[in-house]
Amino acid sequence: MGIHQKTKSLSSRHSALADTFFQLKVLNSKELTDMRFPLFSEKIKEAGFSDGRIKPTRIEIFQVNIGKLCNQTCSHCHVDAGPDKKEENMGREALEKCLEILAQYDIHTVDITGGAPEMNPNFRWFVEECRKLGKHVMDRCNLTIVVANKKYHDLPEFFAEHQVEVVSSLPHYSALRTDSQRGDGVFEDSMKAMQMLNAVGYGKEGTGLKLNLVYNPTGTFLPGNQASLEAEFKRQLKRKHDIDFNSLYAITNMPISRFLDYMIENGQYETYMQTLLEAFNPAAVAGVMCRNTISVSWDGYLYDCDFNQMLDLKVAGERTHINDFDLAALESRDIVLNQHCYGCTAGAGSSCGGQVA
Amino acid sequence: MSKKHYFDPEDLKKFGNIGEWQKPLADKFFSYYAEVFKEGALSEREKALIALAVAHTVQCPYCIDAYTSGCLEKGADEEQMMEAIHVAAAIRAGSSLVYGTQMMNHAKNLTM
Repeated sequence: MGIHQKTKSLSSRHSALADTFFQLKVLNSKELTDMRFPLFSEKIKEAGFSDGRIKPTRIEIFQVNIGKLCNQTCSHCHVDAGPDKKEENMGREALEKCLEILAQYDIHTVDITGGAPEMNPNFRWFVEECRKLGKHVMDRCNLTIVVANKKYHDLPEFFAEHQVEVVSSLPHYSALRTDSQRGDGVFEDSMKAMQMLNAVGYGKEGTGLKLNLVYNPTGTFLPGNQASLEAEFKRQLKRKHDIDFNSLYAITNMPISRFLDYMIENGQYETYMQTLLEAFNPAAVAGVMCRNTISVSWDGYLYDCDFNQMLDLKVAGERTHINDFDLAALESRDIVLNQHCYGCTAGAGSSCGGQVA
Repeated sequence: MSKKHYFDPEDLKKFGNIGEWQKPLADKFFSYYAEVFKEGALSEREKALIALAVAHTVQCPYCIDAYTSGCLEKGADEEQMMEAIHVAAAIRAGSSLVYGTQMMNHAKNLTM
């Protein structure tokens, strides 16, 4: 069964929100809303960051968004990815530059994301080269790509051969919840893909092959307790589909891009921002992912995280591109903050690795 | 103040204010409440589903809003939530119907 897309990309719809500057104006109450929220940089003073600034700890994760091309068009996608994004994809030259950086510095993990990163023609080569450098490689796989086309059917074997950690989005163990966000047919294809991953040892004890799931709420509410959700996902996926996985990461929806569009369309933006603000957890601030991650875009620019990347908020300082990568400068920079950062500090906190507090 | 209705969703946010007029009892209640809903022998999700069913039985609009959100946050889906409400509805229906035995007893006493 193919996927019936839920929506189209903001850019193909010519939405005002396709312009990141417009998104920032909304987040700062200068467009579409008069409701003002305290500045995030002021709020973190309550968490002991008394000068309103956050500094990196040490860069341990090199997250590369190798392109916006995707076989899905999820209604909450912060990348605004989709099948129409044929241009914004990383070429060989930029990937070679990334490898050069990785060879030079002691950054232990390469986190490959997209879009559907496997659709980039250089994907497999890049994974192999990263592994040759001894890096731990994570692939943010949407699952359905594995069954989308014959040429991707052997991805589970490829991942296993190169000991790639597979991190996959699955917002729910119910088809209705999952398909309502990711498109009709996504759940069924995701189950098939997970079974194929299980068949080569992913998610199975003793194999060392990690299959981790990413849960995010399928609406304008916050994620519950990560451990409880993991237990319930394990029970339900095993019971109904005989599927195993390792860990579940609970992630909060960021109020940007298509999720922002969804909220504005449904009159829920202000309520959601209020929810994030009321759930502000000072203990989550110290663990935010931008402190140990650097995010690279398809065209080689550097960002504090994938969300800042999608808002086109480049790292602070002069050196903002892989061609003049300077680790020491990056590790002493101020992280660029804005109102969407409330998404990472609500409740138990949120990061690409799940809850942080 | 001239509200034209008894229930205002905004009032739910003021629940904590009940402590303004009797703090020790409110503190005890909220502390007990928080303890009840923690993960225990029952999961947080199961407790939220029970709360949702009870909310429909006592027909409390605030509780229905709160535990619809709560159930979704704890990972329940629509099917589970509707089943929980059917449990409440079945008990309500059954609790009326079971009195049918009393009616039958009495009717049998009165009739030939």
